Amino acid sequence: MLKIIHMNVNGKEVELAVDIRESLADTLRDRLGLTSVKKGCGVGECGACTVLVDGTSVDSCIYLTVWAEGKRVLTVEGLRSGDGGLTPIQQAFIDEAAVQCGFCTPGLIMTAVELSGTGKTYTRDELRRLISGHLCRCTGYENILNAFEKIFGKNPKT
Amino acid sequence: MYDLKNIYYPESPEEAVRMLEADENSVLVCGGTDVLIRIREGRLAGVSLVSLNDMRELKRMERESDGTIHIGPAVTFSALSDDPLIREYLPPLGEAAGTVGGPQIRNMGTIGGNICNGATSADTASMLKALNARLVLLGSGGEREISIHDFYTGPGRTVRRREEVLTDIRVAREDYEDMYGAYIKYGKRDAMEIATLGCAVLARTDTDKTHIRDIRIAYGVAAPTPIRCFQTEEALRGRPIDAALFARLRRDVLSEVSPRSSWRASKTFRIQLVKELGERALRQALARAGVPDILKGGGGHA
Repeated sequence: MLKIIHMNVNGKEVELAVDIRESLADTLRDRLGLTSVKKGCGVGECGACTVLVDGTSVDSCIYLTVWAEGKRVLTVEGLRSGDGGLTPIQQAFIDEAAVQCGFCTPGLIMTAVELSGTGKTYTRDELRRLISGHLCRCTGYENILNAFEKIFGKNPKT
Repeated sequence: MYDLKNIYYPESPEEAVRMLEADENSVLVCGGTDVLIRIREGRLAGVSLVSLNDMRELKRMERESDGTIHIGPAVTFSALSDDPLIREYLPPLGEAAGTVGGPQIRNMGTIGGNICNGATSADTASMLKALNARLVLLGSGGEREISIHDFYTGPGRTVRRREEVLTDIRVAREDYEDMYGAYIKYGKRDAMEIATLGCAVLARTDTDKTHIRDIRIAYGVAAPTPIRCFQTEEALRGRPIDAALFARLRRDVLSEVSPRSSWRASKTFRIQLVKELGERALRQALARAGVPDILKGGGGHA
Protein backbone atom coordinates (compact mmCIF):
# COMPACT_ATOMS: atom_id res chain seq x y z
CA MET A 1 0.00 0.00 0.00
CA LEU A 2 1.40 3.38 -0.99
CA LYS A 3 1.20 6.48 1.13
CA ILE A 4 2.27 10.02 0.23
CA ILE A 5 4.63 11.44 2.79
CA HIS A 6 6.39 14.75 3.25
CA MET A 7 9.74 15.20 4.87
CA ASN A 8 12.70 17.49 4.70
CA VAL A 9 15.70 15.47 3.57
CA ASN A 10 19.08 17.14 3.76
CA GLY A 11 17.46 20.57 3.66
CA LYS A 12 15.14 19.85 0.75
CA GLU A 13 11.40 19.38 1.07
CA VAL A 14 10.43 16.11 -0.54
CA GLU A 15 7.02 14.65 -1.24
CA LEU A 16 7.01 11.04 -2.29
CA ALA A 17 4.88 7.95 -2.40
CA VAL A 18 6.31 5.18 -0.23
CA ASP A 19 5.20 1.69 0.57
CA ILE A 20 3.96 1.70 4.17
CA ARG A 21 6.17 -1.36 4.81
CA GLU A 22 9.38 0.48 3.98
CA SER A 23 12.07 1.31 6.47
CA LEU A 24 13.55 4.77 6.29
CA ALA A 25 16.85 3.15 5.26
CA ASP A 26 15.14 1.60 2.22
CA THR A 27 13.44 4.85 1.24
CA LEU A 28 16.60 6.92 1.55
CA ARG A 29 18.68 4.43 -0.42
CA ASP A 30 16.26 3.17 -3.05
CA ARG A 31 13.98 6.13 -3.69
CA LEU A 32 16.30 9.04 -2.98
CA GLY A 33 19.66 7.49 -3.91
CA LEU A 34 21.26 8.39 -0.57
CA THR A 35 23.57 5.40 -0.41
CA SER A 36 25.69 6.72 2.47
CA VAL A 37 22.96 5.06 4.55
CA LYS A 38 24.37 1.54 4.88
CA LYS A 39 22.29 -1.51 5.62
CA GLY A 40 24.24 -3.78 7.91
CA CYS A 41 22.37 -5.93 10.41
CA GLY A 42 18.82 -4.78 9.64
CA VAL A 43 17.82 -5.14 13.30
CA GLY A 44 19.18 -2.00 14.94
CA GLU A 45 22.39 -3.43 16.35
CA CYS A 46 25.22 -2.24 14.09
CA GLY A 47 24.43 1.46 13.61
CA ALA A 48 25.58 1.56 9.96
CA CYS A 49 22.20 3.00 8.91
CA THR A 50 22.24 5.81 11.50
CA VAL A 51 20.63 9.05 10.31
CA LEU A 52 19.33 12.05 12.22
CA VAL A 53 15.57 12.55 12.48
CA ASP A 54 14.82 16.01 13.85
CA GLY A 55 18.41 16.12 15.07
CA THR A 56 18.27 12.80 16.93
CA SER A 57 20.19 9.71 15.82
CA VAL A 58 18.10 6.68 14.94
CA ASP A 59 18.77 3.33 13.29
CA SER A 60 16.91 3.95 10.03
CA CYS A 61 16.59 0.21 9.30
CA ILE A 62 14.10 -0.17 12.16
CA TYR A 63 12.37 3.17 11.65
CA LEU A 64 9.30 3.09 9.43
CA THR A 65 9.40 5.77 6.74
CA VAL A 66 5.81 6.74 7.51
CA TRP A 67 6.99 7.85 10.97
CA ALA A 68 9.14 10.53 9.33
CA GLU A 69 6.11 12.46 8.06
CA GLY A 70 6.76 16.17 8.65
CA LYS A 71 10.24 15.55 10.07
CA ARG A 72 13.76 16.66 9.11
CA VAL A 73 16.06 13.84 8.02
CA LEU A 74 19.81 14.33 7.70
CA THR A 75 22.32 11.95 6.07
CA VAL A 76 26.01 12.35 5.25
CA GLU A 77 25.01 13.66 1.80
CA GLY A 78 23.52 16.69 3.55
CA LEU A 79 26.73 17.67 5.34
CA ARG A 80 28.92 20.54 4.25
CA SER A 81 30.89 23.17 6.04
CA GLY A 82 30.41 26.90 5.48
CA ASP A 83 32.72 26.96 2.47
CA GLY A 84 31.15 23.88 0.92
CA GLY A 85 33.97 21.55 1.98
CA LEU A 86 34.14 18.79 4.53
CA THR A 87 32.85 19.30 8.03
CA PRO A 88 35.45 19.25 10.82
CA ILE A 89 34.48 15.74 11.93
CA GLN A 90 34.82 14.38 8.37
CA GLN A 91 38.26 16.00 8.11
CA ALA A 92 39.19 14.55 11.51
CA PHE A 93 38.28 11.04 10.29
CA ILE A 94 40.69 11.55 7.36
CA ASP A 95 43.45 13.06 9.48
CA GLU A 96 43.28 10.28 12.06
CA ALA A 97 42.92 7.49 9.48
CA ALA A 98 39.70 6.50 11.22
CA VAL A 99 38.40 4.73 8.12
CA GLN A 100 39.27 1.30 6.86
CA CYS A 101 36.51 -0.45 4.87
CA GLY A 102 34.26 2.55 5.43
CA PHE A 103 31.00 0.71 5.99
CA CYS A 104 30.45 2.03 9.53
CA THR A 105 31.80 5.50 8.76
CA PRO A 106 28.64 7.33 7.60
CA GLY A 107 26.74 6.19 10.69
CA LEU A 108 29.55 7.26 13.00
CA ILE A 109 29.75 10.62 11.26
CA MET A 110 26.05 11.18 11.86
CA THR A 111 26.47 10.41 15.57
CA ALA A 112 29.27 12.98 15.57
CA VAL A 113 26.98 15.52 13.90
CA GLU A 114 24.37 14.84 16.59
CA LEU A 115 27.00 15.48 19.29
CA SER A 116 28.20 18.67 17.62
CA GLY A 117 24.67 20.02 18.10
CA THR A 118 25.11 19.85 21.89
CA GLY A 119 28.23 22.04 21.96
CA LYS A 120 29.64 19.91 24.79
CA THR A 121 33.02 18.27 25.21
CA TYR A 122 33.52 14.71 26.40
CA THR A 123 36.12 12.45 27.96
CA ARG A 124 37.35 9.46 26.00
CA ASP A 125 35.26 7.15 28.18
CA GLU A 126 32.16 9.23 27.55
CA LEU A 127 32.89 9.11 23.83
CA ARG A 128 33.20 5.32 24.00
CA ARG A 129 29.73 5.16 25.45
CA LEU A 130 28.37 7.65 22.90
CA ILE A 131 29.60 5.61 19.93
CA SER A 132 28.58 2.30 21.49
CA GLY A 133 25.65 1.99 19.06
CA HIS A 134 28.07 1.48 16.17
CA LEU A 135 29.95 -1.65 15.26
CA CYS A 136 33.26 -1.35 13.42
CA ARG A 137 34.89 -4.65 12.46
CA CYS A 138 38.12 -3.14 11.05
CA THR A 139 39.66 -0.43 13.16
CA GLY A 140 39.38 -1.54 16.76
CA TYR A 141 37.84 1.92 17.32
CA GLU A 142 41.07 3.59 18.43
CA ASN A 143 41.42 5.91 15.44
CA ILE A 144 37.69 6.57 15.44
CA LEU A 145 37.97 7.69 19.07
CA ASN A 146 41.02 9.77 18.16
CA ALA A 147 38.94 11.56 15.51
CA PHE A 148 36.05 12.10 17.92
CA GLU A 149 38.45 13.29 20.60
CA LYS A 150 39.99 15.78 18.20
CA ILE A 151 36.61 17.47 17.78
CA PHE A 152 34.80 16.80 21.06
CA GLY A 153 37.58 15.85 23.46
CA LYS A 154 37.93 17.49 26.86
CA ASN A 155 41.61 18.00 26.06
CA PRO A 156 41.67 18.05 22.26
CA LYS A 157 45.00 17.19 20.71
CA THR A 158 46.38 20.05 18.69
CA MET B 1 10.43 -4.20 3.52
CA TYR B 2 8.54 -5.32 6.60
CA ASP B 3 5.90 -8.01 6.27
CA LEU B 4 3.03 -5.80 7.39
CA LYS B 5 -0.55 -5.82 6.30
CA ASN B 6 -1.52 -2.32 7.30
CA ILE B 7 -0.63 0.55 9.60
CA TYR B 8 -3.17 2.61 11.48
CA TYR B 9 -2.42 6.09 12.79
CA PRO B 10 -4.60 6.84 15.81
CA GLU B 11 -4.76 10.44 16.98
CA SER B 12 -5.40 9.48 20.59
CA PRO B 13 -5.14 6.46 22.91
CA GLU B 14 -8.95 6.10 22.73
CA GLU B 15 -8.80 5.86 18.95
CA ALA B 16 -5.97 3.33 19.23
CA VAL B 17 -8.20 1.11 21.38
CA ARG B 18 -11.00 1.31 18.79
CA MET B 19 -8.58 0.46 15.98
CA LEU B 20 -7.16 -2.52 17.89
CA GLU B 21 -10.70 -3.78 18.48
CA ALA B 22 -11.72 -3.32 14.86
CA ASP B 23 -8.77 -5.36 13.49
CA GLU B 24 -8.11 -8.65 15.26
CA ASN B 25 -4.82 -9.02 13.45
CA SER B 26 -3.38 -5.77 14.80
CA VAL B 27 -0.84 -5.04 17.53
CA LEU B 28 0.48 -1.86 19.08
CA VAL B 29 3.84 -0.46 18.11
CA CYS B 30 5.55 2.55 19.66
CA GLY B 31 9.32 2.86 19.25
CA GLY B 32 9.48 -0.22 17.06
CA THR B 33 12.77 -1.55 18.41
CA ASP B 34 11.15 -4.83 19.52
CA VAL B 35 8.02 -5.15 17.40
CA LEU B 36 9.75 -4.50 14.07
CA ILE B 37 12.45 -7.04 14.93
CA ARG B 38 9.78 -9.63 15.70
CA ILE B 39 8.16 -8.92 12.33
CA ARG B 40 11.51 -9.29 10.59
CA GLU B 41 12.09 -12.62 12.35
CA GLY B 42 8.71 -13.79 11.08
CA ARG B 43 7.18 -14.13 14.53
CA LEU B 44 4.63 -11.39 13.82
CA ALA B 45 4.58 -11.68 10.03
CA GLY B 46 1.55 -10.31 8.23
CA VAL B 47 0.39 -8.32 11.24
CA SER B 48 -1.18 -4.87 11.13
CA LEU B 49 0.26 -2.14 13.33
CA VAL B 50 -1.51 0.49 15.38
CA SER B 51 1.21 3.10 15.71
CA LEU B 52 1.62 5.14 18.87
CA ASN B 53 4.98 6.41 17.61
CA ASP B 54 5.61 9.94 18.83
CA MET B 55 2.05 10.33 20.20
CA ARG B 56 2.22 13.52 22.22
CA GLU B 57 -0.53 12.53 24.63
CA LEU B 58 1.54 9.54 25.78
CA LYS B 59 4.73 11.54 26.32
CA ARG B 60 3.57 13.72 29.19
CA MET B 61 5.83 13.96 32.23
CA GLU B 62 4.23 15.50 35.27
CA ARG B 63 4.51 15.78 39.05
CA GLU B 64 1.28 16.27 40.94
CA SER B 65 0.95 18.40 44.06
CA ASP B 66 0.77 15.21 46.20
CA GLY B 67 4.15 14.22 44.76
CA THR B 68 2.89 11.50 42.40
CA ILE B 69 5.04 11.37 39.28
CA HIS B 70 3.40 10.52 35.97
CA ILE B 71 5.61 9.02 33.27
CA GLY B 72 4.33 8.98 29.70
CA PRO B 73 4.74 5.44 28.32
CA ALA B 74 5.83 6.74 24.88
CA VAL B 75 8.77 8.63 26.39
CA THR B 76 12.01 7.27 24.92
CA PHE B 77 14.79 5.96 27.14
CA SER B 78 17.03 8.94 26.32
CA ALA B 79 14.25 11.46 26.92
CA LEU B 80 13.58 9.73 30.24
CA SER B 81 17.22 9.87 31.36
CA ASP B 82 17.39 13.56 30.40
CA ASP B 83 14.04 14.56 31.86
CA PRO B 84 14.33 17.17 34.66
CA LEU B 85 11.68 15.42 36.82
CA ILE B 86 13.47 12.08 36.53
CA ARG B 87 16.82 13.69 37.27
CA GLU B 88 15.49 15.35 40.37
CA TYR B 89 13.17 12.68 41.81
CA LEU B 90 13.87 9.32 40.14
CA PRO B 91 17.54 9.23 39.13
CA PRO B 92 17.78 5.42 39.53
CA LEU B 93 15.10 5.02 36.85
CA GLY B 94 17.05 7.29 34.51
CA GLU B 95 20.13 5.21 35.28
CA ALA B 96 18.31 1.99 34.37
CA ALA B 97 17.00 3.54 31.13
CA GLY B 98 20.57 4.57 30.29
CA THR B 99 21.69 0.93 30.18
CA VAL B 100 19.30 -0.13 27.41
CA GLY B 101 20.86 -1.03 24.03
CA GLY B 102 22.93 1.81 22.62
CA PRO B 103 22.33 5.52 22.00
CA GLN B 104 20.22 5.11 18.85
CA ILE B 105 18.06 2.40 20.44
CA ARG B 106 17.57 4.64 23.48
CA ASN B 107 16.44 7.42 21.11
CA MET B 108 13.77 5.13 19.66
CA GLY B 109 12.63 2.61 22.30
CA THR B 110 10.17 3.64 25.00
CA ILE B 111 9.62 2.81 28.66
CA GLY B 112 6.05 1.69 27.94
CA GLY B 113 7.22 -0.74 25.28
CA ASN B 114 9.93 -2.00 27.60
CA ILE B 115 7.38 -3.25 30.11
CA CYS B 116 4.53 -4.13 27.73
CA ASN B 117 6.62 -6.64 25.78
CA GLY B 118 6.77 -8.64 29.01
CA ALA B 119 10.49 -9.43 28.93
CA THR B 120 12.12 -10.32 32.24
CA SER B 121 15.29 -8.64 30.95
CA ALA B 122 13.66 -5.21 30.51
CA ASP B 123 16.06 -2.80 32.21
CA THR B 124 13.43 -0.35 33.41
CA ALA B 125 11.05 -3.08 34.62
CA SER B 126 12.97 -4.17 37.70
CA MET B 127 13.43 -0.54 38.74
CA LEU B 128 9.72 0.16 38.22
CA LYS B 129 9.05 -2.88 40.42
CA ALA B 130 11.32 -1.46 43.10
CA LEU B 131 9.40 1.82 42.80
CA ASN B 132 6.01 0.07 43.22
CA ALA B 133 4.89 1.69 39.96
CA ARG B 134 1.22 1.69 39.07
CA LEU B 135 0.11 1.25 35.49
CA VAL B 136 -2.97 2.68 33.84
CA LEU B 137 -4.43 0.57 31.04
CA LEU B 138 -7.07 2.00 28.76
CA GLY B 139 -9.53 -0.43 27.15
CA SER B 140 -12.95 -0.25 25.60
CA GLY B 141 -14.54 -0.38 29.04
CA GLY B 142 -12.47 2.55 30.28
CA GLU B 143 -9.36 2.78 32.40
CA ARG B 144 -8.04 0.36 35.01
CA GLU B 145 -5.12 1.05 37.30
CA ILE B 146 -3.04 -1.90 38.42
CA SER B 147 0.16 -2.41 40.36
CA ILE B 148 3.21 -3.48 38.37
CA HIS B 149 3.36 -6.41 40.81
CA ASP B 150 0.15 -7.73 39.19
CA PHE B 151 1.23 -6.93 35.63
CA TYR B 152 3.49 -9.81 34.63
CA THR B 153 2.02 -13.29 34.20
CA GLY B 154 4.89 -15.17 32.55
CA PRO B 155 7.73 -14.83 30.08
CA GLY B 156 6.60 -12.33 27.45
CA ARG B 157 3.12 -12.29 28.99
CA THR B 158 1.29 -9.57 30.89
CA VAL B 159 -2.27 -8.89 31.94
CA ARG B 160 -2.53 -6.22 29.23
CA ARG B 161 -5.09 -7.33 26.68
CA ARG B 162 -4.20 -6.88 23.01
CA GLU B 163 -6.65 -4.01 22.65
CA GLU B 164 -5.50 -2.16 25.77
CA VAL B 165 -3.15 0.82 25.70
CA LEU B 166 -0.80 1.67 28.58
CA THR B 167 -1.50 5.36 29.11
CA ASP B 168 0.32 6.26 32.32
CA ILE B 169 3.02 5.01 34.68
CA ARG B 170 2.67 6.39 38.20
CA VAL B 171 5.13 6.50 41.06
CA ALA B 172 3.91 7.71 44.45
CA ARG B 173 5.89 10.08 46.65
CA GLU B 174 6.44 7.53 49.45
CA ASP B 175 8.11 5.24 46.93
CA TYR B 176 10.88 7.67 46.00
CA GLU B 177 11.20 10.34 48.70
CA ASP B 178 14.46 9.94 50.67
CA MET B 179 15.10 6.77 48.66
CA TYR B 180 18.44 6.24 46.99
CA GLY B 181 19.00 3.58 44.45
CA ALA B 182 21.16 1.87 41.92
CA TYR B 183 20.64 -0.34 38.90
CA ILE B 184 23.36 -2.74 37.85
CA LYS B 185 23.14 -4.57 34.56
CA TYR B 186 25.43 -7.48 33.87
CA GLY B 187 26.10 -8.36 30.26
CA LYS B 188 29.01 -9.69 28.27
CA ARG B 189 29.37 -6.28 26.67
CA ASP B 190 28.74 -2.83 28.10
CA ALA B 191 26.44 -1.81 25.23
CA MET B 192 24.01 -3.31 22.74
CA GLU B 193 23.37 -6.12 25.16
CA ILE B 194 20.40 -7.81 26.74
CA ALA B 195 20.91 -8.21 30.47
CA THR B 196 22.28 -11.55 31.63
CA LEU B 197 21.02 -10.30 34.97
CA GLY B 198 19.76 -6.93 36.17
CA CYS B 199 19.46 -5.75 39.76
CA ALA B 200 17.59 -2.72 41.04
CA VAL B 201 17.93 -1.68 44.68
CA LEU B 202 16.37 1.25 46.54
CA ALA B 203 17.20 2.06 50.13
CA ARG B 204 16.23 4.57 52.76
CA THR B 205 18.35 4.95 55.88
CA ASP B 206 17.67 6.46 59.27
CA THR B 207 18.92 10.01 59.84
CA ASP B 208 22.29 9.03 61.30
CA LYS B 209 22.81 6.65 58.36
CA THR B 210 23.55 3.60 60.45
CA HIS B 211 20.37 1.55 59.91
CA ILE B 212 18.22 0.47 56.97
CA ARG B 213 14.80 2.04 57.28
CA ASP B 214 13.37 0.70 54.02
CA ILE B 215 14.77 -1.40 51.23
CA ARG B 216 13.56 -2.68 47.87
CA ILE B 217 15.36 -5.38 45.91
CA ALA B 218 14.26 -6.31 42.40
CA TYR B 219 15.81 -8.47 39.70
CA GLY B 220 15.47 -9.01 35.99
CA VAL B 221 16.31 -12.40 34.40
CA ALA B 222 16.41 -14.02 37.85
CA ALA B 223 12.98 -15.54 37.15
CA PRO B 224 10.55 -15.80 34.20
CA THR B 225 9.38 -12.25 34.96
CA PRO B 226 10.97 -9.31 36.76
CA ILE B 227 10.67 -10.01 40.49
CA ARG B 228 10.85 -8.37 43.90
CA CYS B 229 12.42 -10.06 46.91
CA PHE B 230 9.82 -9.05 49.49
CA GLN B 231 10.88 -11.55 52.17
CA THR B 232 14.51 -10.52 52.05
CA GLU B 233 13.46 -6.88 52.23
CA GLU B 234 11.37 -7.65 55.32
CA ALA B 235 14.33 -9.42 56.96
CA LEU B 236 16.71 -6.53 56.24
CA ARG B 237 14.45 -3.67 57.31
CA GLY B 238 15.65 -2.02 60.51
CA ARG B 239 19.03 -3.77 60.48
CA PRO B 240 22.29 -1.97 61.12
CA ILE B 241 24.43 -1.27 58.09
CA ASP B 242 27.29 -3.71 58.63
CA ALA B 243 28.87 -6.79 57.10
CA ALA B 244 26.08 -9.00 58.44
CA LEU B 245 23.55 -7.00 56.41
CA PHE B 246 25.21 -7.87 53.14
CA ALA B 247 25.77 -11.50 54.15
CA ARG B 248 22.08 -11.78 54.99
CA LEU B 249 21.08 -10.24 51.65
CA ARG B 250 23.31 -12.65 49.72
CA ARG B 251 21.83 -15.62 51.55
CA ASP B 252 18.16 -14.64 51.64
CA VAL B 253 17.65 -13.51 48.05
CA LEU B 254 18.52 -17.01 46.85
CA SER B 255 15.28 -18.40 48.24
CA GLU B 256 13.27 -15.91 46.18
CA VAL B 257 14.87 -16.17 42.76
CA SER B 258 14.57 -18.96 40.21
CA PRO B 259 17.09 -18.29 37.45
CA ARG B 260 17.57 -20.77 34.64
CA SER B 261 20.32 -21.70 32.26
CA SER B 262 20.13 -20.14 28.82
CA TRP B 263 22.62 -19.67 26.02
CA ARG B 264 23.60 -16.38 27.64
CA ALA B 265 24.60 -17.85 30.99
CA SER B 266 24.22 -20.88 33.21
CA LYS B 267 21.94 -21.02 36.23
CA THR B 268 25.01 -21.34 38.47
CA PHE B 269 26.49 -18.15 37.08
CA ARG B 270 23.18 -16.30 37.40
CA ILE B 271 22.94 -17.33 41.06
CA GLN B 272 26.42 -15.90 41.60
CA LEU B 273 25.29 -12.69 39.88
CA VAL B 274 22.14 -12.49 42.01
CA LYS B 275 24.26 -12.44 45.18
CA GLU B 276 26.98 -10.22 43.86
CA LEU B 277 24.86 -7.60 42.07
CA GLY B 278 22.48 -7.47 45.03
CA GLU B 279 25.30 -6.56 47.39
CA ARG B 280 26.95 -4.15 44.97
CA ALA B 281 23.70 -2.37 44.14
CA LEU B 282 22.86 -1.99 47.83
CA ARG B 283 26.35 -0.62 48.53
CA GLN B 284 25.97 1.89 45.69
CA ALA B 285 22.51 2.88 46.89
CA LEU B 286 23.80 3.40 50.44
CA ALA B 287 26.78 5.39 49.18
CA ARG B 288 24.35 7.68 47.37
CA ALA B 289 22.32 7.94 50.58
CA GLY B 290 25.44 9.36 52.22
CA VAL B 291 26.68 6.30 54.13
CA PRO B 292 30.47 6.75 54.33
CA ASP B 293 33.03 4.16 53.18
CA ILE B 294 30.40 1.71 52.03
CA LEU B 295 31.56 0.97 48.50
CA LYS B 296 34.57 -0.92 49.76
CA GLY B 297 34.21 -4.43 51.07
CA GLY B 298 32.32 -7.19 49.31
CA GLY B 299 32.31 -6.66 45.61
CA GLY B 300 35.95 -7.52 45.19
CA HIS B 301 35.67 -11.13 46.27
CA ALA B 302 33.14 -12.19 43.66
